Amino acid sequence: MEVTSIQDGIIIDHVPAGTALKVLQYLKIDPSKTRLALIMNTDSPRYGTKDIIKIENVEGIDLDVLGLVARQATVDIVRGGRIVEKVQPHLPEHVVNVITCVNPRCVTTTERGIDQMFHLAHSERQEYRCDYCDEEAKL
Amino acid sequence: MTLDDLSRHQILELLHKAAYIDAHRREVSHTCDGRVLATLFYEPSTRTRLSFETAMLRLGGKVIGFAGAQLASVTKGESIADTIKTVSNYVDAIAIRHPKEGAALVASRAASVPVINAGDGGHMHPTQTLADLATLQSRFGRITDLTVGLCGDLTFGRTVHSLIETLCRFGNVRFVLISPDELKTPQYVIDRINATPSCSYVEVRDLVSVIGDLDVLYMTRVQKERFFNEDDYLRLRDTYILDEAKLSLAQPHMAVLHPLPRVNEIAVEVDDDPRAAYFEQVKNGMLMRMALESSVIGDELPGYVPLEPKEVQA
Repeated sequence: MEVTSIQDGIIIDHVPAGTALKVLQYLKIDPSKTRLALIMNTDSPRYGTKDIIKIENVEGIDLDVLGLVARQATVDIVRGGRIVEKVQPHLPEHVVNVITCVNPRCVTTTERGIDQMFHLAHSERQEYRCDYCDEEAKL
Repeated sequence: MTLDDLSRHQILELLHKAAYIDAHRREVSHTCDGRVLATLFYEPSTRTRLSFETAMLRLGGKVIGFAGAQLASVTKGESIADTIKTVSNYVDAIAIRHPKEGAALVASRAASVPVINAGDGGHMHPTQTLADLATLQSRFGRITDLTVGLCGDLTFGRTVHSLIETLCRFGNVRFVLISPDELKTPQYVIDRINATPSCSYVEVRDLVSVIGDLDVLYMTRVQKERFFNEDDYLRLRDTYILDEAKLSLAQPHMAVLHPLPRVNEIAVEVDDDPRAAYFEQVKNGMLMRMALESSVIGDELPGYVPLEPKEVQA
């Protein structure tokens, strides 16, 4: 399978296999309005299988959000057909209005006009918990 | 507002202040003169509300508020934030109880006056934990170096989780977690104990076999709704009822605590035993609420000497 290289944009590599569409959704990239290539379930020496997302004409993406949904991913920034920079997403301390709390007893289900806020709980599992009810986030 | 927002020194300071208030009730009775507390109870909890209101009245302050959302403008669709912003204009502090988890945080962000969380659903009930701590403090003179047995429903009991987490912050507590397999302590609470090197825990099913080791026995209600079938409930129920026969196996200095209301998990005959501390716990709850209210809106307590920060070990 051959996919043409991009000239200017970004390549998100090492996306967990099968999750590329979810990653696009969280990054709020609309596939109907963006020129992009998706490679799913391809071989990866490091992880066995992986997805790759190549997006043309995009300057930057929200690395915090990427860290949240695909923390093992790497981002290559491409200019003039060459990779000029590689960046690694990090786990954000706080995320606002990215994840929605699923706890039906949480105040965010009834109170109008408040942000969905989650924080990184520093345990071994590194899960995100709702600022309000401390429910674990489901991605 | 959760207990995690208070430093360990602030918690010890509140305990210290509560003991002072208890011994100097007449002297402190005008330290909140002219101030008003709102008790906004979106779900009925007569016990907690009366405790908050009595605490304020005993400091010379006044109270307004509602009990039950059907009476409030919630039925007209007003948000918590709007209610709080309105009430902030009327009063000096707000105590809020709400069935939704995290409601107190919403309230504290919207308010321009101090907000005290009087329970937000199954999430937090910090003043209950303060009452528990005050009871340990008054019985033992310390809240560390204790063997604390927690018995009954350890899965859904928020008071239990909150107490464990807070005791872990002070350290040196051995926890004995006594529950049926169906109602064991959740993993995040166990993680918290594991993360505290000076604390340890054991999980057991049988109360009788461990009761002799305990300094504190914290009883909770085992609710029928928590079981998949009635047989399991009936089989297990009696194992976790505290009566004189079981209590005769315990140490003479052990304290029996319970967040109340109890149903049948502590036999009435235990009430007269000097080890029963659960009604004392209610008194301590009020004293801690007095300490809290006086700290956030009151004048300085006459004659009160604050706790030296150096008495707390980091």
